[in-house]
Amino acid sequence: MTLDATFSALADPTRRAILARLADGEASVMELAAPFAMSQPAISKHLRVLENAGLITKGRDGQRRPCRIEAEPLEAANEWLERYREFWEQNYQRLDNLLETLLEEQKPKTKRKKK
Amino acid sequence: MPAPAQVTLPSDREVRVTRQFNAPRQLVYDAHTKPELVQKWMLGPAGWDMPVCEMDVRPDGKYRWQWKSQQDGKQFGFFGTFTEVDGPAHLAHDEYYDPGDIGGSMPTGDPCVVSLDLKEQNGVTTLVCNMRFASKETRDGAVATGMTDGMEIGYARLDDMFKAKAA
Repeated sequence: MTLDATFSALADPTRRAILARLADGEASVMELAAPFAMSQPAISKHLRVLENAGLITKGRDGQRRPCRIEAEPLEAANEWLERYREFWEQNYQRLDNLLETLLEEQKPKTKRKKK
Repeated sequence: MPAPAQVTLPSDREVRVTRQFNAPRQLVYDAHTKPELVQKWMLGPAGWDMPVCEMDVRPDGKYRWQWKSQQDGKQFGFFGTFTEVDGPAHLAHDEYYDPGDIGGSMPTGDPCVVSLDLKEQNGVTTLVCNMRFASKETRDGAVATGMTDGMEIGYARLDDMFKAKAA
């Protein structure tokens, strides 16, 4: 599964909300549709995008077909952003240290205690 | 220690990094505009030095940054022009990639517009660095791999999802 498909699927707020709901546990299409002012077919369409991106799967439980979240592509997307974030974080931690040194240097040199 | 940097994708052409620093704004600004300070921190991953750091920080002033691998001596860089200089609150420059002898997937044509905004409150400076690419394609090339349509994926939001899932 490509990051492209993952990010594309995540680009929609309804789909992100659906994923957030599924992070709490599996749910049926009807349960997923309930909090949204949307028809069931509209929700089903979003679910298809999520399913095609590998972000969710539909199980079999008698008549129910509960949706459940698949962590792997989300982790890949998260990892991608995380790598980029780490690149900056490495720079900024060095900047933290530099700023600390500069602040020390700026302090008026009146700390010399009289003996 | 300050909270770690946040990365968001505010639109399909942009990447935004937000970070706080326990220092006055002027100092954070200096660290971004004085070459001898920039060279001390803007080094990327371990194993790179920044032998070239020339910056003429004024509107239409040029800059050139170059990094060199400690391992094999290969170099790459960025260069461009400062477009907006309003220290210590705001700085903007355009940025061209110089593939040097490492190549890489970064586009070399249209520049990326980088803006830096600094706000100070109670001695803490919040930095927002926004990178706007010429197109979605160039952003995708620059940042590594393909993504699509306008979105705002706080990496933190995904992280929360995992926490919720793990709980």
